[in-house]
Amino acid sequence: MTTGRLGEPTTRDSGAGAAASAPWVREALHDHDHDDHPSDASRDAAGPDDASPAGSRRQLPLADREQQVLDRIDRARSRRPKIKEERITMSHGAGGKATQTLIEAVFLEAFRNPLLEPLEDAARLHVNGSRVALTTDSYVVSPLFFPGGNIGDLAVNGTVNDLSVAGAVPLYLSAGFILEEGFPVADLNRIVASMKSAAAAAGVQVVTGDTKVVEKGKADGCYINTAGVGIIEHGPILGVASARPGDAVLVSGPIGDHGVTIMLARGELDIEADVISDTAPLNGLVAGLLAAAPGVRALRDATRGGVATILNEIARAAGVCVVAREDDIPVRAEVRGASELLGIDPMYVACEGRVVVVVDGDQAGAALAALRAHPLGEQASVIGHIAADPQGIVLLKTAFGGTRIVDLLVGDPLPRIC
Amino acid sequence: MRFVDEFRDADKAHALAAKIAALCEPGRQYKLMEVCGGHTHTIYKHGLEDYLPESITLVHGPGCPVCVIPMGRVDDAMHLAAQPDVIMTSFGDMMRVPGSNGSFFDAKAAGTDIRMVYSPLDSLKIARQNPDKRVVFMAIGFETTAPSTAMTVLRASAQGLDNFSVFCNHVTIIPAIKAILDSPDLRLDGFLGPGHVSTVIGCRPYEFIAAEYGKPVVVAGFEPLDILQSVYMLMLQLAQGRSEVENQYTRVVPWDGNVVALQAIGEVMELRPYFEWRGLGFISHSALRMRPDYSAFDAELLFSVPGVRVADPKACQCGEVLKGVLKPWECKVFGTACTPETPIGTCMVSPEGACAAYYNYGRMSRQRVKEVTRS
Amino acid sequence: MCLGIPGEVIEFLPDQPDLARVDVSGVRRVINVGLLSDDPPAPGEWVLIHVGFALSKIDEDEAAAALEFLEGIGQAYEDELAALQESRIE
Repeated sequence: MTTGRLGEPTTRDSGAGAAASAPWVREALHDHDHDDHPSDASRDAAGPDDASPAGSRRQLPLADREQQVLDRIDRARSRRPKIKEERITMSHGAGGKATQTLIEAVFLEAFRNPLLEPLEDAARLHVNGSRVALTTDSYVVSPLFFPGGNIGDLAVNGTVNDLSVAGAVPLYLSAGFILEEGFPVADLNRIVASMKSAAAAAGVQVVTGDTKVVEKGKADGCYINTAGVGIIEHGPILGVASARPGDAVLVSGPIGDHGVTIMLARGELDIEADVISDTAPLNGLVAGLLAAAPGVRALRDATRGGVATILNEIARAAGVCVVAREDDIPVRAEVRGASELLGIDPMYVACEGRVVVVVDGDQAGAALAALRAHPLGEQASVIGHIAADPQGIVLLKTAFGGTRIVDLLVGDPLPRIC
Repeated sequence: MRFVDEFRDADKAHALAAKIAALCEPGRQYKLMEVCGGHTHTIYKHGLEDYLPESITLVHGPGCPVCVIPMGRVDDAMHLAAQPDVIMTSFGDMMRVPGSNGSFFDAKAAGTDIRMVYSPLDSLKIARQNPDKRVVFMAIGFETTAPSTAMTVLRASAQGLDNFSVFCNHVTIIPAIKAILDSPDLRLDGFLGPGHVSTVIGCRPYEFIAAEYGKPVVVAGFEPLDILQSVYMLMLQLAQGRSEVENQYTRVVPWDGNVVALQAIGEVMELRPYFEWRGLGFISHSALRMRPDYSAFDAELLFSVPGVRVADPKACQCGEVLKGVLKPWECKVFGTACTPETPIGTCMVSPEGACAAYYNYGRMSRQRVKEVTRS
Repeated sequence: MCLGIPGEVIEFLPDQPDLARVDVSGVRRVINVGLLSDDPPAPGEWVLIHVGFALSKIDEDEAAAALEFLEGIGQAYEDELAALQESRIE
């Protein structure tokens, strides 16, 4: 056996010998094996930093070679998404890269049409001369009851919010229930009572619905789907693709409250903290904002995947760079503490009552004032701006003064939080 | 947050950065290796490299205990988890590491009982609550984490738990550092020592690096100012021609380490004769396993694992990245075939690996960062 | 993985000498302090927490000294900058 030396190992005495590398590895290599690597010129030299020995090819400066590699990677990243997995995993539900790939490669592929393609939170339709917004969402949160609310609150507020950020006045909801055999009716009553109050607070009505029951062991107690319809009365078409350089980016309040609440409420981590879910209907807040700042270009509610995911969606859809400042992003102390303890980043943690705003830079002040004037927006903050370049990237100026990229999530830090 | 925010103060960073720059000899390039995944993470998360002159490169060494677990061992763990009466418990970091046929995450999707835990102690709770099941804890980590696993086994033993065992993949840092130092294409000027490993092993174990190899070592904390100060201390040593072991992280690291922790490890575990480190090959006396006295808690003895070795493909250049010979983007498969979603080698496998950190956080040439953030 | 977070010891659990409740920025969790049995922490003292165990006590004097050093460097830097500014005015 080698003792303290590096290098190719000799065969182990397990007798089995080395197996071939994994099938997914071979596939990944095969997908990319015809690309040239800009560093090829340097591979023969003793090292990339050394001066080339006489006779070898002329090398580009280091920074240019790095940029070539990064460009190559950007091209690879913008290729048509393919689903590689054979089975759905929890990553597909996290709201990050896997979710996007699933949506684009499976659903968009199959249903493709101009109304679906913007992939905004709500579809904008023209029906007999009126502009109508339509949205749907399913709620599978576990646990069903948590500090600050329950699945019923989420089911109403979430759909109301998806309509609001489309610039619509939310009007009517449907509510479909999938109930597990054995689920206590008392719990169902609690959930429905919450939905009634939430609907009243938002000014919407539940006008149709459905009920199904499945065998014990499925549906984890209760799953709810709500669809919502609203009227877009006036105003510009909102959409992340319209973000342009010079715009300001705002958030309406502290981030990560809901996701951390759910994580702690699951009880597996034995952590106690005074955090509650921020679930709330945002239509009042949004109406005030749009009235005060007609230059709002886009609104998104920051649910699963958190603020980081939304910033990435803006950067990709509009082909711009989002530059955010860590110091200006509001985070409650307890959310920060829990995140530090668990090694997660609040930027990726779900909210249920926060909106991200992209607005014409000149109206940032008006937008901020309008948000702060509303109880749900008291801690609103300008968190960044839009730049032209580098396209498709989110940059964060850290509290420490350095800069780093904020990419889409690969996996799922918090399964099933909404 | 106390003891955290003060060490993230940007104003002090500029002063340190100026001092560091002043210590750079014109025309000389410096390569400083940090061996701890936590350091890699902090450097990228806070954009620390923006404070360093171009002549200083931070090289990310083999200090990510998740990354260095060979794919074959991950397959072994998946095999254990798949046993019908087993509940596998694991830290979050391991959940997405792919073996030959998927990760813990994928196995969970197919119905395997795998549960994420924050502490090994949580596994004991699960074992008590499920007396008809056998709980196996996937133990990973350097000397930072080994004492916690050891204490958990001791607790299990004291409580008479008979349905709990450990699949032990703890590794030790010194043999890995030595293997890097002995490598012929090494070109490092100094080391940032792993701050939290050192709370357990102390600072003495690094003395051979300074004495025998003539490289300065500074044991570093994990906040951005800790790392900057440690770089400053290294550059000062280099400028003054010294090679010593210094402790920057004095608020937490005792020079002699934590005797109780070392005793716990010694009671429950022993060194394996050799262990394979992904990207580095076999290294002797570099990993831990349960002692015979505690074989009742050794999953490798209670169950049989396939033990098949799965080699990294030839295209993988992790070995050179780990040694500082290549930067992540210089690897031929970086970012194309090898991405965080399809991590071909150790450096991409966990978010703390050099390539994953660069891909997720630093994927911009420093020039372009300066251009964009000047506004 | 090297994740170690400072937390303040609030109290020990009544019948479990090895277990203490700590506070991290308003978040509370019970951790095992058995690795500090040589010199157990008292309520109000700070410890470094890693995977549910306290690995080390945080030495407040050392922390203060570290910050003083950093302040000092910061101050020297400020002074130098100021001196530079003044010399330019002339």
